[in-house]
Amino acid sequence: MATEASQPRTRAPRPSIGALEWLRQNLFSTWWNSLLSIVLLFLVFQALSSLLRWVVTTEGWIAVTSNARLLLVGRYPPDQIWRPELVVMLIALLLGLSGGVWRGIPLVLAAGFSVAMAVLGVLSLGLPPDQAPPVFSTRLFLFGVAALAALGIAAGWRLREALRWPLVAGWILLYPATILILRGVGDATIGTNLWGGLMLTLILAVSGIVLSFPLGVLLALGRRSNLPVIKWFCVGYIELIRGVPLVTVLFMASLMLPLFLPANVRVDAVVRAIVAVTLFSAAYLAENVRGGLQSIPRGQVEAARALGLNVVQTTLLITLPQALRAVIPVLVGQFIALFKDTSLVVIIGLMDLLGAAQAIYTQPQWFGIPGGVWRETFFVVAGIYWIFSFTMSRTARQIETNVNVGRL
Amino acid sequence: MAATTPPGQPASIPFYRDTRVIAILVQVAFALVVIGTFWFLYSTMMDGLRRANLLPSFAFLRQPAGFPISESPIPFDPSRTYGYAFLVGVLNTLRVAGIGIVLATILGIILGVCRLSNNWLLRNIATVYVEIVRNVPLLLQLLFWFAMTQAFPRVQEAISVGGLLFLHNRGVTIAWPRANADFGAWTPWLWAGLLAGAGFYIARRVQFARRDRPGVALPWALLIAAGIALLGFVATRLVAGQWPVMLEIPELQRFGFSGGVTLTTNFAALLFGLVIYTATFIGEIVRSGIQAVNKGQREAARALGLTNGQTLRLVIFPQALRIIIPPLTSQYLNLTKNSSLAVAIGFPDLFAIAGTTLNQTGQAVPVILMVMASYLSISLLTSLLMNWYNKRMQLVER
Repeated sequence: MATEASQPRTRAPRPSIGALEWLRQNLFSTWWNSLLSIVLLFLVFQALSSLLRWVVTTEGWIAVTSNARLLLVGRYPPDQIWRPELVVMLIALLLGLSGGVWRGIPLVLAAGFSVAMAVLGVLSLGLPPDQAPPVFSTRLFLFGVAALAALGIAAGWRLREALRWPLVAGWILLYPATILILRGVGDATIGTNLWGGLMLTLILAVSGIVLSFPLGVLLALGRRSNLPVIKWFCVGYIELIRGVPLVTVLFMASLMLPLFLPANVRVDAVVRAIVAVTLFSAAYLAENVRGGLQSIPRGQVEAARALGLNVVQTTLLITLPQALRAVIPVLVGQFIALFKDTSLVVIIGLMDLLGAAQAIYTQPQWFGIPGGVWRETFFVVAGIYWIFSFTMSRTARQIETNVNVGRL
Repeated sequence: MAATTPPGQPASIPFYRDTRVIAILVQVAFALVVIGTFWFLYSTMMDGLRRANLLPSFAFLRQPAGFPISESPIPFDPSRTYGYAFLVGVLNTLRVAGIGIVLATILGIILGVCRLSNNWLLRNIATVYVEIVRNVPLLLQLLFWFAMTQAFPRVQEAISVGGLLFLHNRGVTIAWPRANADFGAWTPWLWAGLLAGAGFYIARRVQFARRDRPGVALPWALLIAAGIALLGFVATRLVAGQWPVMLEIPELQRFGFSGGVTLTTNFAALLFGLVIYTATFIGEIVRSGIQAVNKGQREAARALGLTNGQTLRLVIFPQALRIIIPPLTSQYLNLTKNSSLAVAIGFPDLFAIAGTTLNQTGQAVPVILMVMASYLSISLLTSLLMNWYNKRMQLVER
């Protein structure tokens, strides 16, 4: 990290070199490098060609395509599938509008989302109709979502000024709206025991991020407080949580939470998992935020006090904004870790994306396929996790660069 | 804030605007809320447990466990107590974490150096590996490796890797050094080497201290010790006609392999998964540590006439190590904590055995307390050790 920041922002123009010169410099500079390059080239070629051969020849993909619904929404009732679809459409619209209004990184994300949905739509065209699983059978849906995002970009581009604040409100309202739509209102609620797959993974991750962030900031501020009682409570909490693995916290939430509460209060399993993930992640976020707070020069606080701001104002207006800005990359790193860690809910019996994968490759109907279908299932599920994590980490890197450019 | 109130303020300030009073009131209120919440949770829990006739007690630790443990470094059978079973779990966790930390460090350093290679292909292969592995959940990777070990062939058709490592569905069998009958003839040589090395080291240190100049003692001492040991190794072969220690190649017998060391599939999958995953993080730490050393340091070392290897060994690496150690410590702790995922692939670690105990006895509170206390002590111990090492490596400014 430190090197990136200390590098000069404008690089010297590179002298253009020919392809042969590039090869000589980068692959064949010494006899030892040449030998290494040739061996590695051979190995890479071998690995890629056998991977490609496996991808096109294996019969196992059928297990994934015919279980696409299980992977995406778990055991959510098929006749209610319009609910998650509605949520995806809302997200597409908001993402598109944000891309149009703010441009830059949001625009890249929105355009990428639109293109990805369109590509998925085209891919699902290739499936024979009888094999098309229910979710993908709504090709119209995929193309619709892609179009919605694209339309959103166009609309946002036009109505830039007018949409700015409504959009912020929209993003804030999205989370409660999602829960409301997925659960349903009145008698026809859909229990969270039916939620699963990628949908559950994303809900756990987003809830964890949204809830643990304020808690983490509070803990960080508490740890730097002058009041000994508050300080030592926060230190004890942070160190205790950071010293134990997430599974123990999850286990504790799923076993002890029902014990801690009166018998007539029932806490649903998904909520218990969210509580555990939040309590766990907050301790780590607190340490990251504390790092940011420590990097603020003392003069900032003293200046704020001299201007007559009180403690709360100084924190909210002066130290916290600067501290958070300084640790954006670390925070995103923590969010990625949280996203990956949601997979641990499998251990307490929830069926998230990874749980769905396990359910698929242990289905008895695939035992006839030589070698089973675990490779194909893991391949697809790992790919889904990877796309989300990688997008987040790249976005963080881009934000970091932008912030640094603004500073110079 | 109390200190900011200047002395000699007029006494007319009402007490509710006095920061000292506010500070005390806030803390009292906070303490009351925390204690109240804990008391409420505790009393509801005890009520519930009393009704279920499951009052927390550690008495179950002395009862027989009644469940088998698939692998254990110390002898275990179901008639042993729960307390003993828990100890087996702790030892299994320490075993996988200890071996995992060593292997992940080695692989991580290799990876970090590869990421900085001037060979474009090697550099990018390392990058692709890092980007793939660390963006996929560890639990998924562990389940994947475990599924792979389950797909290994039967023992009779074990896959041989260079004749030294065999993969089969009962585990992974590795060739392992084993002492022969003539090992006794070699031991005097080992002692001699050890004493000579230690003696040399102490003598040199005394000499340095007298001259008040730093110098290199440890590598030479090690070299002397190793040299004497090697001499004895060859001498034993010449005298007794047999090497004192030989690499034992596993042989396929009728019912499995004999010789070598066999790791169970669960252990092998867990260890492999943890090492592959943690090494990517260690690799990144090593890379950024080396890159963080000022470029001028390298240039200055080269200008002084040091060779490339000397620059790396004497200038770059000692400085990089100072940057590397603190984040490395947290990776070691992560690996240890992540080893609790063993429960998903059936390796009987601390957490898995505690889980079985909990299911059988219903004693949720004592079991969870024991698990948390064990992980906290392991974490604390690792932190202390690494902090001590870190302090030793820090720059001593004069």
